[in-house]
Amino acid sequence: MGIPFEKMPEVNAAIQEIIDGLEINQEAFAQGYPSSGTRNISACIGNKVCPYACYNTTKFAKRIEHAVFPNDLHFKICLTGCPNDCAKARMNDFGIIGMTLPQFEPERCVSCGACVRMCTRKSVQALNPINFRPVRNKEKCIGCGECIINCPTMAWTRSKKKYYKLVLLGRTGKKNPRLGEDFLKWVDEDSILKIILNTYNYVKQYIDVNAVGGKEHIGYIVDRTGFEEFKKWALKGVELPPETEVCQPIYWSGIHF
Amino acid sequence: MGFILNKISADNFLSSLKDEYYIFAPKCFEFGGTYSDTDTIRYSQINSFDEIVFDKKSLYSFKEAIFHISQTIFYFTEDQAKESNFNPKKVLIFLRNCDLHGLKRLDDIYLHNGPEDHYYKNLRENVKFVVMGCENSFENCFCVSMGTNKNDDYDLSIDKQDDNYLITCKDNEFNKILADLNISQTEIIPKFVTSNSVKVNIPDNLSNDIANNSIWNEYDIRCIACGRCNFVCPTCTCFSMQDIFYTDNGKVGERRRIWASCMVDGFTDMAGGHSYRVKKGQRMRYKVLHKVLNHKKRYGEHMCVGCGRCDDICPEYISFSNSINKLENAMKEVTSNE
Repeated sequence: MGIPFEKMPEVNAAIQEIIDGLEINQEAFAQGYPSSGTRNISACIGNKVCPYACYNTTKFAKRIEHAVFPNDLHFKICLTGCPNDCAKARMNDFGIIGMTLPQFEPERCVSCGACVRMCTRKSVQALNPINFRPVRNKEKCIGCGECIINCPTMAWTRSKKKYYKLVLLGRTGKKNPRLGEDFLKWVDEDSILKIILNTYNYVKQYIDVNAVGGKEHIGYIVDRTGFEEFKKWALKGVELPPETEVCQPIYWSGIHF
Repeated sequence: MGFILNKISADNFLSSLKDEYYIFAPKCFEFGGTYSDTDTIRYSQINSFDEIVFDKKSLYSFKEAIFHISQTIFYFTEDQAKESNFNPKKVLIFLRNCDLHGLKRLDDIYLHNGPEDHYYKNLRENVKFVVMGCENSFENCFCVSMGTNKNDDYDLSIDKQDDNYLITCKDNEFNKILADLNISQTEIIPKFVTSNSVKVNIPDNLSNDIANNSIWNEYDIRCIACGRCNFVCPTCTCFSMQDIFYTDNGKVGERRRIWASCMVDGFTDMAGGHSYRVKKGQRMRYKVLHKVLNHKKRYGEHMCVGCGRCDDICPEYISFSNSINKLENAMKEVTSNE
């Protein structure tokens, strides 16, 4: 960059305005932002623009930022508005995927077939017509909202409550890149936040003391301790909503060299 | 003469009707929109004047309150049938001037088109109407062009002014209730719009000869045949029948009628797997000409009332008013080819 090292204090002072503007937590004022391990929380554009998004991704991302910044442990957290996962949440330690629990009012249904057709063609074929009306397969449904978006009479509408899928421990990298696996379906915002914070405690306990640069992908730590030990720490003090499904056991594959 | 009601007296008026009437009005469903964190305005039963949305257009029309989206008309067992119970409770519907013109179209089709429709008539007989004045034209409205911006055939008219409701009344029952509330009377003229930013021109020489013109072709690609334009329309009356056999006992079931749409696949399906109007442009032609040509031939006025809801809701941004405004040039083409 060509910035002489002795100019760094000046740079740190100059970027304070940006840090203020982004409302980023900071250890010391005008000293820059010294942590690099916990990456910027990334998010897709969310429901401010995208019709598919099931929530305001920016708002939730900022909430997480305030809870975890600044932190130097290697955490990658990504939020995506819907199961399309344009933000590639499954390649992060924590992938948060928006869901909506479709509400059906049979008396508004005109049997046009749009929901069944779109669920079949664009999603997971969770809808089947019985007696001219769609019946939702609870086990299959991923809460993408295609039925709602395509319903011309608003027989399908969104749930008042917002739901998320939390996928875990995806990663890029040289050793064993892999996609994150489903951990919790139909979970709420507060639980996700607690699980992320709990994971910091878990990592502090189990990180390889000789980890290069003091950073280690959480997934490799979990590979060492076993998933059950991670889960014990992650769910400490978390009261999951009754509708939440906990997936177990979880196995990852990915590419092995 | 009219009445000025404050919020308290307006709600007193409403609660005095509640026992006898279901009251339907456009209401805001918070976070009830198709897209997350969006609201929607549609018809629902209401309990207080606060719930009624005056300053925005409802996405769907009043139609669903009087012509149900899905209506079970009878139940059948092996050798018997029983008509579904009819709730005789009266209904009060809040709607716009254009919508009240739309009601006339529904009446024409269901009551003045051969034998009266029994199920429609049952519901219709018990309904009274409150016209909500429009202070300004909403987006996509073209009621003035259609001559539907004003309708005096109401039971009550209502305009919201700051925190008060300005009411005029043509119904004896309501007049009596209002008089009993000891509200002072004053001169009130119900509001209506006299111009829209959208204007349409239906050519006088419009004829079915336009059917083969190329103006319809663009809709082959643009239209996705979702039927939203029909479902929000206050004047679309098509329905289809379904016989349902209950899954626990396949010898017992019900027959229901449900809204149908001339834009949706299956509308023209016939025995043997044939169907008319396979292309979306043909469906658009059928709909447009029904709305601004063929209905008038039978009933003397256009079916379309210019509420613009079809334009509001179309996910492909197809404008019905634009399609009307293409008719004049297309007719010139048609007639010059002769």
